[in-house]
Amino acid sequence: MVPVDYYIILSAILFTIGALGVLIRRNPLIIFMSIELMLNAGNLAFVAFSSVHKSFDGQIFVFFVIAVAAAEVAVGLALIVEIFKTKKNINIDDMNSLKG
Amino acid sequence: MNADLIVFLVLSLITLASALGMLFSNNAVYSALFLVLNFVTVAVFYLLLGAPFIAMSQITVYAGAIMVLFLFVIMLLGTENLAPSNSLPWQKPLAILLAVILAVESIYLVFARASSSAVITAPELATNSMENLREMAMTLFNEFLLPFEVTSILLLVAMVGAIVLTKQEKAGAK
Amino acid sequence: MHLSEAINSGFFFLAPWLVFAPIVGLLINLIFGRQFSEKTVGTVASLASGAAFVVSVLLAYSVSINHGEMMRWRLAEWIHIGQLSLDWTFRIDSLSTTMMLVISGVGTLIHIYAIGYMHEDVRFKNDVGRFRRFFIFLNLFIASMMILVSGDSYLMLFVGWEGVGLCSFLLIGFWYEMDILGRSSWANSDAAKKAFIVNRVGDFGFLIAAFLMFWNFHSLQFDEVFEGVRALSAINSPVTIAITLFLLVGVAGKSAQIPLYIWLPDAMAGPTPVSALIHAATMVTAGVYLVIRSAPIYATAPDAQHVVAMTGAVTALFAATIAVGQYDIKKVLAYSTISQLGFMVAAVGMGAYVAGMFHLITHAFFKALLFLSAGSVILGLERGHHHAEHAAHAHHDEKPKKKAKNNIPSKVEGHEEVSHGHDDHEAEHGEARVESVETFDPGDMRNMGGLRKTMPVTFWLYMIGTVALAGIFPFAGFWSKDEILLDASLHFTTIYWLLTAAAFLTAFYMGRQIWMVFFGEPRHEAAAHAEESPKVMTLPLVVLAVLSVAGGALNLPFEGFHNLGHWLGYTIGEVESLPLDLKVAGISTALALLAILISWFIYGRNPLKVNQPDPLKKPLGPIFKGMESKWMVDEIYQALIITPFTKISYFLADVIDWRFWHDFVHDKVIAGTYNWVSEIGLNRYADQKVIDAFANWLADATQWVSAAMRKVQNGFVRSYALSVMLGVVLILGYLIFK
Repeated sequence: MVPVDYYIILSAILFTIGALGVLIRRNPLIIFMSIELMLNAGNLAFVAFSSVHKSFDGQIFVFFVIAVAAAEVAVGLALIVEIFKTKKNINIDDMNSLKG
Repeated sequence: MNADLIVFLVLSLITLASALGMLFSNNAVYSALFLVLNFVTVAVFYLLLGAPFIAMSQITVYAGAIMVLFLFVIMLLGTENLAPSNSLPWQKPLAILLAVILAVESIYLVFARASSSAVITAPELATNSMENLREMAMTLFNEFLLPFEVTSILLLVAMVGAIVLTKQEKAGAK
Repeated sequence: MHLSEAINSGFFFLAPWLVFAPIVGLLINLIFGRQFSEKTVGTVASLASGAAFVVSVLLAYSVSINHGEMMRWRLAEWIHIGQLSLDWTFRIDSLSTTMMLVISGVGTLIHIYAIGYMHEDVRFKNDVGRFRRFFIFLNLFIASMMILVSGDSYLMLFVGWEGVGLCSFLLIGFWYEMDILGRSSWANSDAAKKAFIVNRVGDFGFLIAAFLMFWNFHSLQFDEVFEGVRALSAINSPVTIAITLFLLVGVAGKSAQIPLYIWLPDAMAGPTPVSALIHAATMVTAGVYLVIRSAPIYATAPDAQHVVAMTGAVTALFAATIAVGQYDIKKVLAYSTISQLGFMVAAVGMGAYVAGMFHLITHAFFKALLFLSAGSVILGLERGHHHAEHAAHAHHDEKPKKKAKNNIPSKVEGHEEVSHGHDDHEAEHGEARVESVETFDPGDMRNMGGLRKTMPVTFWLYMIGTVALAGIFPFAGFWSKDEILLDASLHFTTIYWLLTAAAFLTAFYMGRQIWMVFFGEPRHEAAAHAEESPKVMTLPLVVLAVLSVAGGALNLPFEGFHNLGHWLGYTIGEVESLPLDLKVAGISTALALLAILISWFIYGRNPLKVNQPDPLKKPLGPIFKGMESKWMVDEIYQALIITPFTKISYFLADVIDWRFWHDFVHDKVIAGTYNWVSEIGLNRYADQKVIDAFANWLADATQWVSAAMRKVQNGFVRSYALSVMLGVVLILGYLIFK
């Protein structure tokens, strides 16, 4: 007997933590992990609503999110490896050659 | 205080703690491991919400495949710890302030505006879980067949992209 | 659907393939054809047309097992606006399947023939690349024609009607940059434009008729229109008279009746298979089909029927007289086609729909045969000409001597006269490209003679076509023509005599042609060296010849043999079938034989010599002059319509549009005033002082702001993320406090 609001709040807090991670960490790998955490927070909300509404649509959405996240991680990590190869460093603050 | 709520609160604590652990540990490997823990607990939430298939996907794909990939890259690059730097000194306090405001705002919004009287009861174990799975599969392959196929193309593109990005350009290998 | 089920209930679901089979063939040739050999291109196109034939056969079978019941096969929704509601529906009944069979059957044979014909034609004209284009157009034509005959509404019919008109235009102007003789000129494209524009006049009538139908009956679907006509329950009501007469304008355009027949002779500029398929066997019969299809409307307007019948009969005789005076082998056939179409139109005008349809079918057989054989003759002469030229080049010195001895000039006198029309066009187009010296006309019958020895197969095929057209017992033309004459003799005496006279002339000009082309001595080197055509061309002709001989069996005037009448009766209502009338049949046969005899006396007994004028010229005098010059109809049209029209349009373009509107109103009044106002008022004050100043200020401000803002772009991804976060927080805050 858990009110669905609790799940949503948990999801919101997880999302905020993920966002915070994106903002304060300088290691792109951890930024990536934070993004995964944010996705998870969203997924949790989806599944919770799916459970409330007795519909599979939410779960199927989560399924697609997981698939997209997998694709995103594959490409993102490849990018990080490539950046490391050229810069010998992956500090996000060093990637500032686009500044105005 | 019923049993469901207690389980929920305990799991929430673990989830939040592991998320914060991921956020604040200095070593990237620890972060990754905290995140694995976080994913597993979220998977348990999925089970409680009556979504066994998603829970299993979460564990295999997220906690399994994706996080292994992360660990692999961390160790490959040897970037467990970054040297401290003093660029953007006001970034951290500002970010924490904004995050707190965001959390407060969203909690307020949920309670004040979008509060729902719905409650979730943990499903009885092993009730029709196969039946659920079958129904979900029917929905997925009937109603969502096109997105499903598009997703497969997306994965293929991602795979090709990852290979192309990390391919070694051999000199004179044209 | 399972095959056994289809065999029992019908193959109606195949109906769309009538149209799509040729379209598929066309697309294959269009997309992949560049890589194909000529043989492949031709085979694909022929197979596509053959597939349409198979579908037609299956549909005819389906109609027959359903006891002639009409079926509709709805393919797609088309137009739904207000009261107008039209679908692309295939109407399959005994009438439309009969047309389909003729179109795809004769069409397929002509496709096959064209493989051989175009193979040589593109080489004589030095553009091999057009072989593929020809077959693409041909398939497009079959598809359009199928749309025409299978349509379930006047509008769908009109789509096909325009489609075949387009194909006709494209194919008449197939060699658009030359004339019939291959000289560089715009004559062929002028012929194509003429056909298109004259048809447009007819289409205008058709459209008015369609508008009237929709206005009065709120529908264009056949049955609903017929229902509306029936509901009027009035004979010769103004509405039906108007509709039928406007439809007649359309019929006259498409089926080449007076006064709009003038395009058909010029249409002979197209390659011969086109003349056979489009301008003899199928497209020009669309008008006849339209009248039969609209039979329920015509039935309530006997006055209009009378007009139709008279138009047909007069056309039949008029065109026949012109055919007597022509020298071009295809022109004779073209006027003959107009004349025979006149027979059909007269028949359907008299309400003798079965007879008209019967003649349509047999005419498709023997006229296609005649045209294709004529194509064979022309190519034979081309071959002979090339052969002779080659020989002449090889023995350069001997040529003049040989010529003098055999008295065979390479250029026939009077030739200039024939190609007069083309020269006219050339004069108009001063930019016509380099004039080729060679002016040999392989279609001129005065260049022929004696071909019976050099082209025996073609000769016999041509003979069969001729006797079928002349209406000699027991060939196909005898039965169908006789049925028309019989109908006329019973009800309309005037028409009967007009048609009988036309039939007499038909036999005469065909006899004249036979004697001039195949008998006597060759009057030109090319004729002497003519060569027989290959099998791919003669085999389809043999099939057509067999059909021309046996086609009469479709509807013999004996009890129990009215197959076609019974079959069409499903659609147009059972018609009384007339028994053979020995008097009518005897008169027409006797006249035909007499005409051939006379033609032998004039042309066969003393074969034409080189440079000899036509032996009819002297005895007939001005009458022959008139026939030779096509009764000056083209010239009359030129004087009455085209010249005033050109003058008016020139006046409108030069004086009204250019001098008045452009030079005076636009340049002086509007542009002058505008320039003055803009220079003084707008440029100096409004533009420079206000607008420019504002724009400059804007630019300065932008520069200043951007200089300030670029500091925000510090290059740190994290601070960008922070701004996003700030935005999120602000938006949520707005949502809370709003």
